[in-house]
Amino acid sequence: MNIRLLWFVLLAVILIAAPFFTYPVTLMTILCFVIFACSFNLLLGYTGLLCFGHAMFFGGAAYITGYILKTTHISLELALLGGVGAASLLGLLVGWISLRRSGIQFAMITFAIAQFIYFIMLQLPFTGGEDGMQGIPRTKLFGLLDASTSLEFYYVVLAITALSVALFYRIVHSPFGEILKAIRDNEPRVESLGFKPERYKLVAFVLSAGMAGLAGGLKATVYQFATLTDVSFPISSEVILMTLLGGLGTLTGPMVGAGLIILLNDYLSSFGEWALISQGVILLIVIIFFRRGLVGELNALMWKMRTRAGSKGSASTELASGSPGE
Amino acid sequence: MFDMISPQLVFGQLLIGLINGSFYAMLSMGLAIIFGLMNVVNFAHGAQYMLGAFAAWVLLNYLGVPYWPALFIVPVVVALFGILLERLVLKPLQNLDHLYGLLATYAVALIVEGLVRQRYGSTGLPYGSPIPGGVNLGFMFLPYYRLWVVVFSIVTCLGTWLLIEHTKLGAYLRAANERPDIVESFGINVPRMVTLTYGLGVGLAALSGVLAAPVYQVSPSMGSSIMIVIFAVVVIGGMGSIIGAIATGYMLGILEAMTKIIYPAGASTVIFVFMILALIIRPNGLFAGAGKS
Repeated sequence: MNIRLLWFVLLAVILIAAPFFTYPVTLMTILCFVIFACSFNLLLGYTGLLCFGHAMFFGGAAYITGYILKTTHISLELALLGGVGAASLLGLLVGWISLRRSGIQFAMITFAIAQFIYFIMLQLPFTGGEDGMQGIPRTKLFGLLDASTSLEFYYVVLAITALSVALFYRIVHSPFGEILKAIRDNEPRVESLGFKPERYKLVAFVLSAGMAGLAGGLKATVYQFATLTDVSFPISSEVILMTLLGGLGTLTGPMVGAGLIILLNDYLSSFGEWALISQGVILLIVIIFFRRGLVGELNALMWKMRTRAGSKGSASTELASGSPGE
Repeated sequence: MFDMISPQLVFGQLLIGLINGSFYAMLSMGLAIIFGLMNVVNFAHGAQYMLGAFAAWVLLNYLGVPYWPALFIVPVVVALFGILLERLVLKPLQNLDHLYGLLATYAVALIVEGLVRQRYGSTGLPYGSPIPGGVNLGFMFLPYYRLWVVVFSIVTCLGTWLLIEHTKLGAYLRAANERPDIVESFGINVPRMVTLTYGLGVGLAALSGVLAAPVYQVSPSMGSSIMIVIFAVVVIGGMGSIIGAIATGYMLGILEAMTKIIYPAGASTVIFVFMILALIIRPNGLFAGAGKS
């Protein structure tokens, strides 16, 4: 427990000091994608639902948050909540339609609906179409706190990310989260115990959509613009890669994955197609050789060492979750 | 409003709808065959279609091999690539959750499309029609090649459907999906059959690609953009139902074209709207009952 606390303090110190050593915008991008990856992990890692179009919530909320900030004088956190609300509502609709099928078909339906949302965003006048939505202001937080420079804004983003991760932790470790995991592992069994899996899946989907919306809205305020890229398929694909690379169904894995992929993209941004090609290669390697992801493999390794040492440490519940579904 | 619509426009759009529908039908059929036997959603289907078109283009421009031989060579070559892919990537994943098959083929699609784009750029490359000219039907001009596409795709679809639903080989394929252990006890090599089926599906995708080269521009994104529609087609038709996939493919091609006449802005989204309505009204697929849901 003490070691855990030590790690936690160390991480907090690093995160607080980080913007003095690196470019704050990159850090903020990572934090936004940490939230996005958590939202995706809640679905695929903990409920076993593969949403193949999570960008519709991310990008949809980016536009809504941006639109609210541009057209009203509302404070920042309310605009973000607006984005979250819109994404949740969209999540409710999409979930209601797509959860009629399960497994692989659910993935295909979410993929198609996400494309539909993309075309709608392209045609709606308020998004600015191909040009995107420019000049989104960073209004005062709670109407009082001005945090418009990148350095100041970093701490806003960091605080929101910390809150979101805490919320994610609470959801996953609540009785509700336990039922989600049970649905992932054996849905008929959960049904036979008198629960309604459809309802739980829909709630998980809405929660995930809302959280993805927070990530998207936050990203729009970080970059101060929202574009079609935010709702496009590559974003949906990136979050899948982040989650699998870090470790499906592990608490921290997808966050690690988010950091790694953003840094990789940054590094490869001048190499044209190679960024996408390398994403494909990484995804393929992860799927064939280490499906537990980086954090998952590390957990497994530590668990092996601990059992070999003979100590009866409590098993991490995340160990068994190398694969979703059956 | 309707008196502004000339018969030329209607028939012209109808032909475009039939052409698009031909490709939707052929690709969805391949996807349904692969899914029916392997329970794998072949996300690389679009990339394999695109590879087919590019292979035809490369054969013509670098080796001087014209369209007609390419129509036979390319599907075989791309099918071999598919067989390699099945052995190296899909086989190790076959006992895992089906989501991994989808994700792995998606990764392959990402790599293939990226490499082609890196090599040939993003702009479309032209491929001349092998049957130039056409016939004036009085109410519209019908290019010969377009007629060939429609006829050839209908024959291919019906032929493949007959092969799978009405021959002994097809019966083995369907049985191997239900109970591979029993089919194996008859002395049939099921893993090899699975590999060959995947090859067949991939070959069909490549064949559609060659067929498409003179109609559309040969470009790296042609596969991923058609894939979105194909997914919707397969969802509407019911997964694994071959006849459902074929019928839905043609139907949606025509639906899309008709929307272009009546409400042009809705043409890009009508298929998705239709999919959503179909899911609400018939959650198990329009042709559920004929195939597995």
